[in-house]
Amino acid sequence: MSIQTVAKTGNEAMAEAMRQINPDVVAAYPITPATEIVMIFSQFVADGLVDTEFVAVESEHSAMTATLAACAAGARSMTGTSSQGLALMYEILPIVSAMRLPIVMPEVNRAISGPINIHCDHSDTMAARDFGWLQIFSENSQEAYDNILQAMKICEHKDVRLPAMVTTDGFIISHCMEKIEMFDDKTVQEYVGKYPAYTKLLDLENPITLGALDLQNYYFEHKRQVAEAVKNSKKIILEIGKDFGKRFGREYGFIEKYKLDDADIAVICLGSTAGSAKSVVNELREKGIKAGLLKIRVFRPFPDEEIASALEGVKVAAAIERSDGFAGKGGPLYDEIRSALYDKKKKPLVVDYIAGLGGREITHDHLTEIFSEIGKIAATGSVENPVQYKGVR
Amino acid sequence: MASLKELAAREDKLTGGHRMCPGCGAPILVRNILLTVKEPVVVACATGCLEVSTTIFPYSAWKTPFIHTAFENAAATISGVETAYRALKKQGKIDKDIKFIAFGGDGGTYDIGLQSLSGAMERGHDILYVCYDNQGYMNTSVQRSSATPRGASTTTEPAGKVSSGKKMTRKDLTEMMVANNCVYVAQSTCGHWNDLNKKIEKAMSIKGPKFINVLQPCQLGWAYPMELTVELAKTAADTCFWPLYEVERGVYKLNYDPKDRKKPLTDFLKPQGRFRHLFKPENKDLLEDLQKEIDEKWALLNKKVQCFGA
Repeated sequence: MSIQTVAKTGNEAMAEAMRQINPDVVAAYPITPATEIVMIFSQFVADGLVDTEFVAVESEHSAMTATLAACAAGARSMTGTSSQGLALMYEILPIVSAMRLPIVMPEVNRAISGPINIHCDHSDTMAARDFGWLQIFSENSQEAYDNILQAMKICEHKDVRLPAMVTTDGFIISHCMEKIEMFDDKTVQEYVGKYPAYTKLLDLENPITLGALDLQNYYFEHKRQVAEAVKNSKKIILEIGKDFGKRFGREYGFIEKYKLDDADIAVICLGSTAGSAKSVVNELREKGIKAGLLKIRVFRPFPDEEIASALEGVKVAAAIERSDGFAGKGGPLYDEIRSALYDKKKKPLVVDYIAGLGGREITHDHLTEIFSEIGKIAATGSVENPVQYKGVR
Repeated sequence: MASLKELAAREDKLTGGHRMCPGCGAPILVRNILLTVKEPVVVACATGCLEVSTTIFPYSAWKTPFIHTAFENAAATISGVETAYRALKKQGKIDKDIKFIAFGGDGGTYDIGLQSLSGAMERGHDILYVCYDNQGYMNTSVQRSSATPRGASTTTEPAGKVSSGKKMTRKDLTEMMVANNCVYVAQSTCGHWNDLNKKIEKAMSIKGPKFINVLQPCQLGWAYPMELTVELAKTAADTCFWPLYEVERGVYKLNYDPKDRKKPLTDFLKPQGRFRHLFKPENKDLLEDLQKEIDEKWALLNKKVQCFGA
C-alpha cells in the first residue's frame, strides 16, 4: 500500500473515491454544489481512467431510477446529488432500500428551496432521513473520502444490503481545498472488493419480478425487513470503522467525542461545524471551562445508546443543527437526542440551536455564545428557552 | 415474419392467471410482442393497469425478467438496465444478446413519464418503448390524460349539462417521438396482430431507441361490450382515427390505407359510452368538427408520406 498526501476539495475527494471504486454504472445529473463530482467523474470516463458506463440523465429522478435499475440488473452503481436533486429523488429513495440495493451516493448538503439558495444546510438530507438509507456525515474532505470507501463495504455487506448517502457540507467542505491522504488504486480496489450483486435481473436462467405490487398481506413484512437491516447495520458500521482504523490508521465509530469525557457543557453537531467547535472547545479549555463536543457521524442508523452514554456526565448539552423541522419545537437532531436520553437516569439538560440555514456562517463567536449560554444553564439548572435560533436577524 | 401458427407454438412470456379485465387489449398486445421477440427480453413497466394486475406479490405472470420502480420512469428504468447490460457485457460477464422493452400506459408515457421517455430516447439507449395507449388513466377509474381524444367523457373532464367532455385535441406523442430522433417510430393497435408483429420484428432488428404507440381499446374506460376490443381497434384504423404507419430514421411509410373503404368517424365513436353524449342533437356541430379534424390529420399524414417517404 502506498499513501499519497494530496490537496483535494470535498467534491474532488469524493470523485476520486468513486474513480478508485470504478463502479460499473454511474447515472448522474449536475446540481450545485455537487456538480463537480459529476463533472470530474465524467472526465475520468472521457479519459478512460474508469471502466464505468456513464449515463448523463435528464434529471435526478432519472438519475436515481437508472442507478437503481442498473444496480438491480447486477452492476455496482453510483450517483451523487444535492438539495433539490435529492428532493427530486425522494420518490425513488425508499424503492431502493425496499429492493435492498447497496447504492452509495455522495450527497452535498445544501438548503432546500424555497426560497432558492445554493449554500449549506442540512434540510435536504434531514428530509430524507426516513427512507431506509444509511446517512453518514463528513466533517472534512478526508472523512468524505474515507466514508465513501467504508460505505461501499457497509452497504454491500450481506447483513445490510441497504443504500447509503455520504454527505459533506455544501461549499464549506465541497469546495474547500484540504490536505488529505489517498490510498493507491489497487489498495482501494482490494479493500472494496468484488461487487457481490445480490440482485440479478439479467440472470436469464432465473427470471425474477422486481417491484411487484405488495398489498396488506406482505408490504408490512417487507418494511419490517428493511427496519431489521438498518438495525443490523449498526454492528457492521462499527466493525468496518474499526477495521478501517487497523488498515489505514483512522478508526471510525458512530460518534466522535472531543474532550467530552469530563465535560460539564457540550455541543452536539453534524458535519463541518465540528471543526469550528473543536477550536472553540480548545479556547474554553484553556480558560479552565470544561467544554466538550459530541460529533455525530452516523445519523442513520441513529446511535442512541452511544449518544446517551457519551452525554452521561454532561450537565447541559446544546444541539446545533442546520435544519429546522418546522414542528414548532426544534429540529430533528434535538428531537432524536432527547428521545435517546428519555429513559436514562443520568442525562444532561438539552437545548436546541437552529443555526446556519441557507449557508449563514456558524461563527466562532456564535459557538462561544452558545457555550456561555449553556454554561449559565448549568449554573442555574433552569432552561428558559429550549429552542433558539442563533445568528438570525 | 412468423405465422400465427408459429407464434402459438412459442412459449408465452406473459402467462394467464393475471388479473387484467376481461376483454382488455393490453395483454393481447404484450403477449403478441413478447412472442414475436426471439431473443431473451427484459421488461420494465410503468405503474399502471399492466403492472398492478400482473405482479401481485407473491405471484407474477412474467416468465421473463421484469422490473417496475414507479409511475413516471419506465424509460429511465429500462435505460438503467440496458446500461448495466452494456457495462457487464463489456467486461465479459454476460455473453448473450438481450433485448430491452419498456411498457407504459398513456398516463405513464404521454403525461407524467414524458420527460423520462424523452431523455432516454435522446441518450440513444438500445431499447424499445411500447406505449399501450388506452387514452386515459384507466387504472384509477378513467381520468383524462393528454391522450384522451377531444369530446370523450372522463371522470375528470366529464360530459355534463354545460360540458361536452374533453375540450382539447389529444397530444400526438408518435410525432413527438419522431421529433425526438428515435431511430424507429410506429403506430399500431392491439387488433392488428400482423401489423404489430412486423413492426416489432423491424424494431428488434434496429439498434437504438425505438418507440411504438399501440392503441388499446379499454372496455372499462371506453364503455363498450368486452367482445368488441379487437373490432374497435380495427375500426380505429378504418376510420383513420388511428393510422397505422411507421417512421424509420425520418422516412415515413403508411402501412394501411382504407382508401374508398374509409369509414366515418361515427363508426368508431358510436359503440363507446364515452362518446354517447356526442350523438345528442346539441352536439351535432362538435361531431362534424371531430370528423373534420380526423380528415385533416389524415391528409397531413399522407402529405408527410409523400414528402418524406422512401
